[in-house]
Amino acid sequence: MAEMTYSQALRDVVIKEMKRDPKLFMMGEDIATLGGAYGVTKGLVDIFGPERIRNAPISEAATIGIGLGAACCGIPAIVELQYWDFGLVAADQIINQVAKTRFVFGAQAKVPLVIRGQQGIGRGNGATHSQSLETIFVHFPGLKVVVPSTANEAVGLFRSAIRDPNPVCFFEHKLLYAKKDEINEDPDFMIPFGQARIAREGTDCTIVGSMLYLFRSLEAADLLAQEGINVEVIDPRTLNPFDYDTVIESVKKTGRLLVVHEAHRKAGWGAEVAAEVTERAFKYLDAPVARLGAVDCPIPFNPMLEKAATPQVSQIVDAVKALLYK
Amino acid sequence: MLTKERKKQIYTTMCKIRHFELTVITMFEANVLRGSVHLYVGEEAIAATICSLLNDDDYIASTHRGHGHCIAKGATLAKSMAELMGKADGYCKGHSGSMHIADFTKGNLGANAIVGGGVPIAVGGAYAARVNGRGQVAVSFFGDGASNEGVVHESMNMASNWKLPVIFVCENNQYAVSTSVSESTSVKDISVRAKGYDMPGWTVDGNDVEEIYKVAEKAVKRAREGKGPSFIECKTYRWFGHWMGDPQPYRTRDEVKVWREERDPLKRFREKLIASGDFTAAELDAIDKAAEEEALAAKEYALSCPEPDPIDLETDVFYVPEKEGGAN
Repeated sequence: MAEMTYSQALRDVVIKEMKRDPKLFMMGEDIATLGGAYGVTKGLVDIFGPERIRNAPISEAATIGIGLGAACCGIPAIVELQYWDFGLVAADQIINQVAKTRFVFGAQAKVPLVIRGQQGIGRGNGATHSQSLETIFVHFPGLKVVVPSTANEAVGLFRSAIRDPNPVCFFEHKLLYAKKDEINEDPDFMIPFGQARIAREGTDCTIVGSMLYLFRSLEAADLLAQEGINVEVIDPRTLNPFDYDTVIESVKKTGRLLVVHEAHRKAGWGAEVAAEVTERAFKYLDAPVARLGAVDCPIPFNPMLEKAATPQVSQIVDAVKALLYK
Repeated sequence: MLTKERKKQIYTTMCKIRHFELTVITMFEANVLRGSVHLYVGEEAIAATICSLLNDDDYIASTHRGHGHCIAKGATLAKSMAELMGKADGYCKGHSGSMHIADFTKGNLGANAIVGGGVPIAVGGAYAARVNGRGQVAVSFFGDGASNEGVVHESMNMASNWKLPVIFVCENNQYAVSTSVSESTSVKDISVRAKGYDMPGWTVDGNDVEEIYKVAEKAVKRAREGKGPSFIECKTYRWFGHWMGDPQPYRTRDEVKVWREERDPLKRFREKLIASGDFTAAELDAIDKAAEEEALAAKEYALSCPEPDPIDLETDVFYVPEKEGGAN
């Protein structure tokens, strides 16, 4: 075990995986000398050279398409998106090509491609550099969607993503990069997809929160505990596949569920979770499933407005109390 | 060099494509085949000539008008036709239909129904080829319409900057659906765009096997030697509408007639083969007849194939190592 930041931990995975698989390569904007806009690939070009840590031009669609082509031909690829928002420039390649390759070709292809990058609020990057976009990719069959929260979880999930013979969209949160954690340094440490983690046990209400919102949910749980309310907090870790069993087991115990994410509340993945849990576990619910997510407006620049547009800890506390009719 | 053997191979492929497509028309009209079907008739010389220079482990990425590329890269007519009918024994188990046929065993990374969508994928194949270091190459087929898609330009820039072994083959059949090249495109010869990406670019008569072969041989050699990409624009014409049922108000009957009667690539190649003394008319007739029979047999095969089983619908979305009985 060693203490690392989230960003150092991801970098360490790339180093170990590139040593393990000499074919694995990485492409992205400014990932070589600069080490990536957020420093995840710092110094990697010195270890692996510019062929394997490849600076790409600002051509997101072609970069992802090249990653896809290489992956189909047996060369596993990691593509870094400097901001997940830029992934939308490559939406055709991700959604029409990457996601569908295996299925449309009658299951001929293996596609060992990871598309990763950071997203989210917190650094005043404005409307097109601050979005939370994971929901979009959950909608399309053929993409695994991973949303790590802690640095150690990020390590286990990232390694699983790299070794997965299927396309994985890997979402990091820019505010989590500096967070430190004890890291499992086992070079084969992996967290399987589709297994949620109970981050805090409780009996009165279940909260499902991912990425930054896992931490905000845990903060809310601490505050609620002071008032005698015991909240169970679940980190889904992956959205496709989604571990409904763990959530439903929890709901059987608590009878109440709040889903909170930074993605827009309207048609966000929380809506899907709410519908699915309601269908499967209605008889265990003592209140309608509640959802919190970003307001139905683009993420604003002004920090006060940005706060107002995204769920705050106090709102999580209030939402849990409302579920408990308090 | 265009040897006699190579000429025979190209002629045979062209005949197969021609008869395959003509059979598709009869099946479409008989309502046994449906969906978006784009025919390659009139453009056969391009796929047949370019692919004659490729090995099974070279890659291609194709287009929505992809039957010809698939066949030229080694697909059987039977399994192709089964796929066009959406049958279980088609190349893609009926998941793809006409516009997404792929055969990875022959390096065919797929037809692609998004115009320009396959171009970066071919470049990715070229990337893999370079990593493999065995002199493989990749060919990206696309049309005049795709030449105006941003991703095609991104791909050309990256392929050239990274000196990847890819050949960009632009099949300029003059119309993107109904919009003519002159309406849509800033240049008369699309190959001049290669200059902007610092790669050799040629415009050739896409209905002339020998002309295509001459430049394709150079382009493939250059790629195999690690010298980077090339661009070949083949000017050609599709005999039929963009899709089955296209009323074609955008072009005249006379224009179509000239291309069909005076510039038919198959007829022109046949005449040259006879005039050069390489083959007799009877020999070529035999090749043609065999191709026709193969196309008709493909039709019978496709008709007799079972429908796919919906049980695969969700399990074919991801590769599951346990299911396949293998490691990653």
